[in-house]
Amino acid sequence: MPLLHAIQDDIGYIPEDVYPQIAQAMALSVAEVHGFVTFYHHFRTHPVGEHILQVCRAESCQAMGSEQLEADIKAKLGIDYHQTTADGKVTLLPVYCLGSCACSPAVMMDDDVYGRVDMAQITELVSEVSNG
Amino acid sequence: MVKVFVPRDSTALSLGADKTAKAIQLEAEKRGIAIQLIRNGSRGLFWVEPMVEVETAQGRVAYAPVKPKDVASLFDADFLNGANHALYLGLTNEIPYLKNQQRLTFARAGVTDPVSLEDYVAHDGYKGLKNALTMTQEDIIKTVTESGLRGRGGAAFPTGIKWNTVLGASGEQKYIVCNADEGDSGTYSDRMVMEDDPFVLIEGMTIAGIAVGATQGYIYLRSEYPHALHVLNEAIAKATLAGYLGDDVCGSGQRFYLEVRRAAGAYVCGEETSLLESLEGKRGLVRFKPPLPAIEGLFGKPTVVNNVISLATIPIILDKGAQYYADYGMGRSRGTLPIQLAGNIKQGGLVELAFGVTLRELLYDYGGGSASGRPIRAVQVGGPLGAYLPESQFDTPMDYEAFQNLWAVLGHGGIVAFDDTVNMAKMARYAFEFCSVESCGKCTPCRIGAVRGVEVMDKIASGKDHAKNIQVLRDLSDTMLNGSLCALGGMTPYPVISALNHFGEDFGLDKGLNEKESVV
Repeated sequence: MPLLHAIQDDIGYIPEDVYPQIAQAMALSVAEVHGFVTFYHHFRTHPVGEHILQVCRAESCQAMGSEQLEADIKAKLGIDYHQTTADGKVTLLPVYCLGSCACSPAVMMDDDVYGRVDMAQITELVSEVSNG
Repeated sequence: MVKVFVPRDSTALSLGADKTAKAIQLEAEKRGIAIQLIRNGSRGLFWVEPMVEVETAQGRVAYAPVKPKDVASLFDADFLNGANHALYLGLTNEIPYLKNQQRLTFARAGVTDPVSLEDYVAHDGYKGLKNALTMTQEDIIKTVTESGLRGRGGAAFPTGIKWNTVLGASGEQKYIVCNADEGDSGTYSDRMVMEDDPFVLIEGMTIAGIAVGATQGYIYLRSEYPHALHVLNEAIAKATLAGYLGDDVCGSGQRFYLEVRRAAGAYVCGEETSLLESLEGKRGLVRFKPPLPAIEGLFGKPTVVNNVISLATIPIILDKGAQYYADYGMGRSRGTLPIQLAGNIKQGGLVELAFGVTLRELLYDYGGGSASGRPIRAVQVGGPLGAYLPESQFDTPMDYEAFQNLWAVLGHGGIVAFDDTVNMAKMARYAFEFCSVESCGKCTPCRIGAVRGVEVMDKIASGKDHAKNIQVLRDLSDTMLNGSLCALGGMTPYPVISALNHFGEDFGLDKGLNEKESVV
């Protein structure tokens, strides 16, 4: 687990062609490495954009209208979950709870959480990272 | 030099606390005023974050919510001397939301700088460990048992009894594992401990290690909490440097080492055996029990697995004694519960109170009703596997047994409020959908049942063979409830069936003709 975190933190995903090296280092089969990587939602096997926008889909955020927000964000970015904008800037991911439920709905851009968000704020956030 | 406090808790940050802190620093420099800016934890009054505090001769004074645009006017009004202002809330300790709470586990949250060991010690930190080091292992565990503390992660198993099992288990190597995989929607008290008062968790784990004879502790932390990771690592480094962790804990000759392990976004890893598998570097598949983790846990060794709040409550019990803690609460629910108000609620935040407070008091006296201003129609208590409660049950006291009698759970103390625009059949469908996404796949009722649950909810929504499908829903829930290996599959029926029983009209049943039967 710490090894996979290190790889993903560094290059953004776990390329399948490093499975054999991981398998050898950890004394596992390639199938076991594949099984491990794909079990955990956090690990990705495909490259992502420069920034990651995670939108909370859990109950607390739903109680504050996150379903509409999800739809609006997808429409605004022109992508669905697990996809990256055409300019390669933002990858959209669903997340189940950011632990900021007193201020729902919440999203996380990279490592920063934003609470009580609306589309105006999301638009600003996205344009900040897209132009930054 | 005047001390100004701006929280660094991630919910406070999510509302712009960093920008507020920067604006205060710049404005002070511009005016040539020397201030000491301290990034404290949050008091948990999240609806008014960012909450800025100033230390005055009368005590700390609060201003909230402070945005960068408010900073100049605060200086103009002389807030550094606690003067009046449109955002003035008075003395922090006199704010009713805070004043009426019984903060034991969260005594320091928001008061101190979370990564200052000096601050921690100055506010009664490490008193519990000092006491524990003068006691026998049996006496430490007896104190924990007599305090009545039960597992705060949700299962409510008596902590002292678990520790005693590990103490009695034979084995050279034993482990303390802290379950910090707080994945339940509506809960954030674990995150608050780790970000706002991390030393209390470190101290609690150290006491646990000494009590059962474990030398290594792991904190299994969810990957969605990057701020908590940094704070914990910084605090562990400081505690190690100061001799509170390591080869010789406080000069006692006892060893205890602590390490944070990042999880990777699997909800099921909050289940203790799945968590242990994950810590061992495997897929987080649930294990059969027995053997209990207390006998054969991490790497097959005797292991204490406790939730963050359970462990963070240990120091005050060892400091003030079992009776002090047990004097709070009702029935078999002793002590306090850090309750988290979330969802559609006007005044969301952390409310730590003795067991016995009612849902209605929490939702209205503390929460101030819904955020939307509409009537609160339902609340889900205890995370995504907790039951939905209708308004007619709002007078239920927060008590493990009282909730159990309603076929509901207290869980980790998270309360998510929904107003009258909610469709409860949709929430039931969501419960199955969540279970299907998060199921570890080991047992059939959970793996297949969750998918079938989504399908049957869609059929109910379409109205086709309605009565038959309602029966299928109940049968399926019964199978999952009784046939699943762990709480994920076994408790997904709680939100589903409680929604069906209390809000049948959303499932196309005539209001007033709701089926009264239940799977329990």
